[in-house]
Amino acid sequence: MTGKRVTFSNTWLAGLLIAPQLILVFTFFYWPAGEALYWSFTLEPPFGGENQWVGWQNFKTVFEDPLYWNSVRISVIFALCSTALAMGIALILATFVDRQLPGYQAYRFMYFWPYAVAAPAVGLAFRFIFAPDAGFVSALNQWYPGIWNPARDGVDAVILITLANAWSMVAYNFIFFLAGLQSIPRSLTEAAAMDGSGVLRRMADIQFPLLAPTFFFLVVINLTDSFVNSFGIVDITTAGGPARATDLMVYKIYSDGFKGKDYSLAAAQSLVLMLLVVSLTFIQFRFVERRVHYT
Amino acid sequence: MVERTPILNILTHLILLTGLIMLLVPLWIVFVASTHDFRTVNTVPMTLWPGNQMIENYTLAWNQSGFGPKMLNSFIVAIGVTAGKIAIAAISAFSIVYFNYRFRSLFFWLIFITLMLPLEVRIVPTYAVAANVLRPYQEIADFVGISSLLNTVAGIRLALPEWSMLNSYTGLILPLIATATGTFLYRQFYLTVPDELAEAAKMDGAGPLRFFWDVLLPLSKTNMAALGTIMFVYAWNQYLWPLLIVTDITNYGTAVMQLQRIVPGPLFGEPPRWHIAMAGTLMVMTPPLLVVIFMQRWFVRGLVSTDK
Repeated sequence: MTGKRVTFSNTWLAGLLIAPQLILVFTFFYWPAGEALYWSFTLEPPFGGENQWVGWQNFKTVFEDPLYWNSVRISVIFALCSTALAMGIALILATFVDRQLPGYQAYRFMYFWPYAVAAPAVGLAFRFIFAPDAGFVSALNQWYPGIWNPARDGVDAVILITLANAWSMVAYNFIFFLAGLQSIPRSLTEAAAMDGSGVLRRMADIQFPLLAPTFFFLVVINLTDSFVNSFGIVDITTAGGPARATDLMVYKIYSDGFKGKDYSLAAAQSLVLMLLVVSLTFIQFRFVERRVHYT
Repeated sequence: MVERTPILNILTHLILLTGLIMLLVPLWIVFVASTHDFRTVNTVPMTLWPGNQMIENYTLAWNQSGFGPKMLNSFIVAIGVTAGKIAIAAISAFSIVYFNYRFRSLFFWLIFITLMLPLEVRIVPTYAVAANVLRPYQEIADFVGISSLLNTVAGIRLALPEWSMLNSYTGLILPLIATATGTFLYRQFYLTVPDELAEAAKMDGAGPLRFFWDVLLPLSKTNMAALGTIMFVYAWNQYLWPLLIVTDITNYGTAVMQLQRIVPGPLFGEPPRWHIAMAGTLMVMTPPLLVVIFMQRWFVRGLVSTDK
């Protein structure tokens, strides 16, 4: 790694300065991660005593459980849909804000706001707006009785949490897309304009291709975020229901671990999710590196 | 740009306006719902214009949930986490960049890799650690043999005291302080500080701590504001962690946690008092929203430069 030409030589002080962070990281990150690994390969005997080594048995239990695959399937659908929705909307908004027509600052200013809203608050707000018997969407039920009920219908429930999640992620994506667009040299778009290409043509042929690195970066961030940070929304809007229709992987780990008190099963599921996050992050590192080369 | 595109300009404004409506309408609805009485809020479809029950609803929501102490707890936690993250990021990055020792790359990577271990994938064991923080060290001492060594040599049985972080501010704050993004941001910043500054400081006889305190910290104010704003929002909005480690809700409950208890619905066998619930929601979401609005510049800067 790159270092300074001028450094201080007091190694004890250096150790002392970095020690607090290392202790925190060890105690609250590496030890628990290691423990998850240990638990996932052992079983706690029902009458106390040392954990017993059971090899891959916990993973076998997890993978043979149709409820787990149900949860994986829903998580993937949820992650893909909310990513596509949030990124699509953010990309459109960012490209049009970047045209810098009069008043664009006002839009730019207000598009950030949803980022500040806590996930459970988003969940509660959407639960009200999309409630089957109050709020707004319930008007649909007056025209076509029973068409919308996230408390009964699994598909409706998934739509509800996807919309809520997408809504809360648009702002983040917007900020990054706009930053990406603004880093494109003006001379490029100006040259294209001189050559007679219109606004939409310039978007398609100059801005979008140059935005590709930001785009890939955001795909990974959004997917990871939807897999990992969706707990707040699900817990408040649907609590995993109806009939496990919104039982996302994170939510299942929580309910198996804390409600079902089955640490070994929860740990095995945690490990699978950890692997997923790690592989997504690796992909991101590759693209982050690519991005450095592009710009 | 130079060309005249009247139709496209109108279209642009239309699209931007639609986007704005999509993003702000949920907030508006929450606000409107929180200003009506029980009957109006449950009529379908609800009106889009604020009513006159605002003060009553907010007072009721505030008192019913005991938001006074909960908001205070949230502020303590958010400020504690923010200050802790900035402090710890500044000193660890200082150690990594301005000192030359063998393990500094390793330490940097150890901190950086924690990005791949978000709380959600290690909740159960992290909770177990928080319930008895010194247990990892006890187990290591037992495993390595320090315990038995002490026992044979000095006759002391090494038993670290049980230190539970459940139901405490330490437990709410400390596990959230470690920060890969903050350390990374500070490291990048230190690397841009000219070497001549450190050289001059050394020549004038300033030690590393003095250089850090008098030169680097004042220079990093921009960084600090950027990091501080996003971390405040992050810390205020924490939900899962407080939910796990706080069982004593009257004393240590945070505002965001309280949302789980104000969800109305037939599930709880009570009438759907959405107006009170929405008043509570709005109160909980206001502080971070204000931070984002007033610190916009720093907020965007912090977000874009940390890249997660």
